[in-house]
Amino acid sequence: MIFGHAITAQQLFGQLLIGLINGSFYALLSLGLAVIFGMLNIVNFAHGALYMMGAFVAYFLLHELGLNYWWALIGSPLVVGAFGALIERTLLVRLRGLDPLYSLLLTFGVALMIQGLFQNYFGASGMPYAIPPQLSGAHNLGFMFLPNYRAWVIGFSAVVCFATWFLIEKTRIGAYLRAATENPTMTRAFGLDVPRMITLTYGFGVGLAALAGVLAAPINQVRPGMGADIIAVVFAVVVIGGMGSILGSIITGFTLGVVEGLTKVFYPEASNTVVFVIMAVVLLIKPAGLFGKVA
Amino acid sequence: MAMAEAAGPTLAVSGLQAWYGESHVLHGVDFEVRPGEVVTLLGRNGAGKTTTLKAIMGIVGKRSGSVAFAGHETIGLSSDRVARLGVAICPEERAIFSSLSVRENLMLPPRVAPGGLTLERIFALFPNLAERLASGGGKLSGGEQQMLAIARILRTGARFLMLDEPTEGLAPVIIRQIGHTIAELKREGFTILLVEQNFRFAATVSDRYYVMEHGRIGVAFGNSDLDANNMEKLHVRLGV
Repeated sequence: MIFGHAITAQQLFGQLLIGLINGSFYALLSLGLAVIFGMLNIVNFAHGALYMMGAFVAYFLLHELGLNYWWALIGSPLVVGAFGALIERTLLVRLRGLDPLYSLLLTFGVALMIQGLFQNYFGASGMPYAIPPQLSGAHNLGFMFLPNYRAWVIGFSAVVCFATWFLIEKTRIGAYLRAATENPTMTRAFGLDVPRMITLTYGFGVGLAALAGVLAAPINQVRPGMGADIIAVVFAVVVIGGMGSILGSIITGFTLGVVEGLTKVFYPEASNTVVFVIMAVVLLIKPAGLFGKVA
Repeated sequence: MAMAEAAGPTLAVSGLQAWYGESHVLHGVDFEVRPGEVVTLLGRNGAGKTTTLKAIMGIVGKRSGSVAFAGHETIGLSSDRVARLGVAICPEERAIFSSLSVRENLMLPPRVAPGGLTLERIFALFPNLAERLASGGGKLSGGEQQMLAIARILRTGARFLMLDEPTEGLAPVIIRQIGHTIAELKREGFTILLVEQNFRFAATVSDRYYVMEHGRIGVAFGNSDLDANNMEKLHVRLGV
């Protein structure tokens, strides 16, 4: 008995699962933000809107072109990532070298425009996106029912996060990115096309957001407001983990999802604010974030 | 090397001007480096030596004039395109990436031409690096950083190297090692533009010298001009 009501194992594991699911989305989204922030030094406020676009592209692929979920998993990040690259090439590139506040305002404006356009055409209510047949159903684990699709989202997100970490920290391409992050002028003077790397990095980070959107489509409905709903928490996650830290954003994303889920079990009243309380505490104790380096 | 290339200078700089923001640093620099030469830019602090290298590479704020590399005008090119023509720089601050391992630092610059040094050759020149490959770039001593900064540009196949004060702040034993390396690279036909404050070191490896003053070339001389009388004048100009 905690806080005056009994907690069943069913409740506990159920919320733990929801926490891990949310954590998967937090991790994928904050990872994309961290990748973009590291390389471009901008806070991408359009991230939530691009996540929402990812879900919508999956919806269009299915209903307009008859391409199923598995195609959307590849196609949507490519389409939305290319759209992101276009934003970088046409808009963000003009703000390079200026105070990061300008690009923050720009991406915020882009987010409002994208969201407004989708709301105008599709209304505020959601459209359903069916769970792919291969992933429908559930397994009885004895102590709880585990829906297959949710298990897939958690596992697949973890794999994508690990693959991204591996790409950046352990491969040659990652070495180029880290070098360009640390000293873009000299990296370019060694013959690497840094502006193209910046465009591709932004596209990649945006692609991760779109991928999260596709994963979310069968769980939540496909709605214009879905990005705005999640992005505030995601920014809190990024602040807690430390801006630009790849590993930090992954770990913090999953952990805070679970913390949020557990809060729903033990003290539901605080479940919507617990992440922000943690953010405030972390900022007081470690202003650069748990995994952030002090500049 | 092809005869056509051997005929003209490897690098021909004329009327080169450069700015950092509002401050006008180079006021029309003229000099050339011929194939296989080691040429040293001398001069006091602030004379514009480092800026000249950066302007050739294309990493100053703004530049004008002419920089021709192997006959190609490069003044309008971005630094990555200049690098891909075969110009490599070892900057004064060494620019070792601390977020990369020593191996990653070494392998970072892409190949721009065939004929770069193999890793075996590089480790023969700088045995210390072979032992530090897995270390972080930020963990190296000053001497090791300098070796890595030079080694890094030998792999790429670039045949024209710009070395900015490679001996600055280093122990005599390491300075000698770097001197041997430059001499060996010269024997192999590399063309080198050196910036040095340390004239005694420069004199051991260079063919010709340009003394910079106030963002221009003040005087040019070769090894054969180095009699006692001229040395006196040089010391006055360099303020040593």
